[in-house]
Amino acid sequence: MNYFLEVTLQLWEGFAVALELFALTLLFSLPGGLILSFGSMSRFAPLKWLVKVFVWIIRGTPLMLQLVIIYFGPGLLVTWAGRAGVDNFFIDWMAALNSMDAMVSAVLAFSINYTCYFSEIYRGGIESVSRGQYEAGQVLGMTKPQIFFRVVLLQVIKRIVPPMSNEIITLVKDTSLARVITVYEIIWAGQKFIKLDGVIWPLFYTGVFYLVFNGLLTLLFGYIEKKLSYFKS
Amino acid sequence: MDILKVEGLKKSFGKVEVLKGIDFRLKKGEALAIIGSSGGGKTTLLRCLNFLEHAEEGRMYVNDQLIYDGADGKRHSDAEIRANRLHFGLVFQQFNLFPQYTALKNVMLAPSLLKIGTPEEREENARKILEQVGLAEKADFYPCQLSGGQQQRVAIARALALHPDILCFDEPTSALDPELTGEVLKVIRELKDKETTMIIVTHEMQFARDVADWVVFIDNGVIVEQGKPEKIFGDPEEERTRRFLERYSGKE
Repeated sequence: MNYFLEVTLQLWEGFAVALELFALTLLFSLPGGLILSFGSMSRFAPLKWLVKVFVWIIRGTPLMLQLVIIYFGPGLLVTWAGRAGVDNFFIDWMAALNSMDAMVSAVLAFSINYTCYFSEIYRGGIESVSRGQYEAGQVLGMTKPQIFFRVVLLQVIKRIVPPMSNEIITLVKDTSLARVITVYEIIWAGQKFIKLDGVIWPLFYTGVFYLVFNGLLTLLFGYIEKKLSYFKS
Repeated sequence: MDILKVEGLKKSFGKVEVLKGIDFRLKKGEALAIIGSSGGGKTTLLRCLNFLEHAEEGRMYVNDQLIYDGADGKRHSDAEIRANRLHFGLVFQQFNLFPQYTALKNVMLAPSLLKIGTPEEREENARKILEQVGLAEKADFYPCQLSGGQQQRVAIARALALHPDILCFDEPTSALDPELTGEVLKVIRELKDKETTMIIVTHEMQFARDVADWVVFIDNGVIVEQGKPEKIFGDPEEERTRRFLERYSGKE
């Protein structure tokens, strides 16, 4: 029983790291995705295509690869720059990034990745609001920001809650990828017991943590959906 | 006095010229009915008046004040366009109510964003207008809880709340079940009795005949004929007008 408690506590520590990565990723990518979606809907063609190519690259390659590149890339660049005698602000940034914790690289990689996924969800939501809603706002003398925030946004939120909840639940499970760049999250904590004590059940046990947390998220999104069901659009 | 004067309005979509030079005048307190086949340019004309489309040529005057000139239209700032379009109100075929707000909030939203009066005054005014369209008891209902006819009446109330000089209707009953058109037409008739200046694009010929002071028949982007309703419906001069009206009476 004591051993079980010890395992639970250690897994919880790992899960707290996963939750930190989860929360920080959402903090950056929820607003980031909205901003990027405006880029992908821009009438300024170069910006639109730049964003589209960026989203294509990020969504088209594995998150695990992106983690590795962001974690090891800056170090390699700095080494190369040192040999080549290059020194500029970009190399300074890379050096700073290289000296930081693995968690920083993980948050960066996850945020970029999820910003791209969210931007496509926002774009779909925004484009699904009928032109009539914008025009009704226009003929009533509203400004563009007023139309967006007072008329369109809540309709967009209502429409994107189901796809967003999917993506956010995926994010919870994706945090386990961060262990490839030495973020000591819960799967890593579970695997540790195989080596240390020769037992595999703690690794299986990690699933319970994900399951409970995703259960709570499912309830939360169900609640939001219900809250927004008072109107149809 | 003419409240609205439109001169030489032209609008193309790509290579298709939809309006080929539209001229008409409207007096304060009068109702203008625009009739014509689908695709003839009626809706485009209303959209140009409401600054939803940008006419390449032509001028619009409200109270003898130039508010639009196609020759320099693009240079107007957003703020100027917003100020000018408030001379007009527009009721859409598809209502376009804001689904997340109650009927009352739909009516109050624009006045509150434009900061007209105090919140109490705005609510009082909105309730009064809803009462005027016969929906006082539906003030706290959401659009999805209302019938099409009720939704369109809320949309009329929403447009009225800004006291436009000219209220435009774009086929206000075309999206409604036949048994619901009556309640909307009744509201428009009552507005006419209160001398609201209106432009009504409609396929309801009998209604146009009853309510309009002036009728414009548009076909293929030009005004084929305009005149008093008795004249247009009773004794049209143009062959095209006659054929159009015959097709319509045949349908009904």
